[in-house]
Amino acid sequence: MKIPDYDAVVVGAGPAGSIAARFLAEKGVKTLVVDKKQEIGTPKRCAEGINLGGLEKIGIKPDPRWVTSEITGSTIHSPGGGKVVCKFSKGYVLERKIFEKHLAMDAIRAGARYMVKTRAIEAIKEGDKVTGIRAEFMGEEFTINSKLVIAADGVDSKIARSAGINTTNKMTDYHSGFQYEMAGLNLEGHDMLHLYFGNEIAPKGYVWIFPKGKDVANVGIGILASQSEEGNRARDYLDRFIESHPETFGNSSPIEINTGGIPVSSSVDTFVMDGFMIVGDAAHQVNPIHGGGMAIAMKAAKLCAEVGAQAIKEGNVSKERLYEYEKTWRETEGVKLQKLFKLRIFLEKLNDNDFEKFADILSEEDIIKLTNAEYKSLFKTFARKAPKILPLALKFLSG
Amino acid sequence: MELDRDKCCYCGGCVGICPENALELRETALCIDGERCKNCGLCAKFCPVGALTKDENS
Ligand SMILES: Cc1cc2nc3c(=O)[nH]c(=O)nc-3n(C[C@H](O)[C@H](O)[C@H](O)COP(=O)(O)OP(=O)(O)OC[C@H]3O[C@@H](n4cnc5c(N)ncnc54)[C@H](O)[C@@H]3O)c2cc1C
Ligand code: SF4
Ligand code: SF4
Repeated sequence: MKIPDYDAVVVGAGPAGSIAARFLAEKGVKTLVVDKKQEIGTPKRCAEGINLGGLEKIGIKPDPRWVTSEITGSTIHSPGGGKVVCKFSKGYVLERKIFEKHLAMDAIRAGARYMVKTRAIEAIKEGDKVTGIRAEFMGEEFTINSKLVIAADGVDSKIARSAGINTTNKMTDYHSGFQYEMAGLNLEGHDMLHLYFGNEIAPKGYVWIFPKGKDVANVGIGILASQSEEGNRARDYLDRFIESHPETFGNSSPIEINTGGIPVSSSVDTFVMDGFMIVGDAAHQVNPIHGGGMAIAMKAAKLCAEVGAQAIKEGNVSKERLYEYEKTWRETEGVKLQKLFKLRIFLEKLNDNDFEKFADILSEEDIIKLTNAEYKSLFKTFARKAPKILPLALKFLSG
Repeated sequence: MELDRDKCCYCGGCVGICPENALELRETALCIDGERCKNCGLCAKFCPVGALTKDENS
């Protein structure tokens, strides 16, 4: 198969890849997206929650074709059964398979080309410079030459590794995820995301219920990979959780099973090399606290595409030129994710009793501040109400 | 490594943890490159459903 040369080849048609492709194409860059799946968006590896801001930042209007429910906040359930209700700005639970297809359609309308069931095998290099990819479609192998390759290949992240950037996850910075999409639920508060914490419930992670309507929801769990072991895997914990809540799950049945890995390291060390950029899950651009990655991936993809398009126009796709993307990201989103990474490590040190206390003393505003990585005012609360936790909080959250 | 295809949910999560880059998810089929795999067992520990088992003989 002979594929013409492209200005940019994007590997992966997830949220990161399709947003990058749309912004590249809008800037007149001749762009090809390849995805190994024969059906974009399927199977999903996601609980489908996103806030309105995450969509607005990249100019996407919520569309009833892929929005299943509107969310007004989250309820945090502590190990002992306590509840903290946090109302935040509007959010949605999506039908992600449809959402991803629409992102691809928008990119195609902007001028990008797509190939599905097409697997990138590796990045091709001339010296230190990436000059294209080797790929396969229906058993036939071929090369695609391009000025720029963007790796948006999700947690697999094999293309960056083939180019020489180590994006392998660590067991202590990676969540093992398992989920049922369930129908027939008896949900209390279906306009809220429900998060359940506790060492017996989800060690160094949490169980979530993300409603997709009155009686349908994504019911899932993420646990730190280092905590996963035979008999105590993500699936085992979730099955036990469901069994212990017959009031919610008694009449329900699964309509899907979803599994996956979630990078919670806050980012890989390098995003660019000559002729090459990494974006989204492949670069671990995920919120280390809740594991949400769609909004962050799409925002990073827009930035990646803007810098990439400009670099192509200037005829300079050197590592130094492309570094503008990495530098800008690290100075903005990166700062917040780094802080949230520290919060994650802090929370992992708390036992169930500490957590209970934590849930007890923190107000709704305090929790919203925490999730926005604003910690300063919280030290006062700790000093007054939980002096035992203060040293730990200062150690991990100050600076 | 041994893969139980009946259990595997083809998510590729194990691919992202393999330090040897020995795993690849081709659509729904997880492929193990026996020459690269060092049988470290990380993928087996990670797998949310326990579809991978370490080779005891090697
Ligand atoms: C259980 C679970 C629940 C989650 N819940 C949420 C949530 O509620 N909200 C949220 O925002 N995020 C959530 N996330 C995270 C979110 O799914 C990811 O952060 C997001 O998908 C990242 O987008 P991406 O485009 O970088 O990667 P992906 O969406 O993974 O897309 C990568 C694409 O690349 C393709 N690909 C991979 N390798 C190749 C190759 N070699 N050749 C060609 N194509 C290739 C894949 O087929 C795929 O289509 C969850 C994750 C998991 C596992
Ligand atoms: S992590 Fe488990 S379920 Fe997912 S692809 Fe690997 S073996 Fe299959
Ligand atoms: S055992 Fe180790 S080296 Fe082998 S496939 Fe699993 S993670 Fe990779």
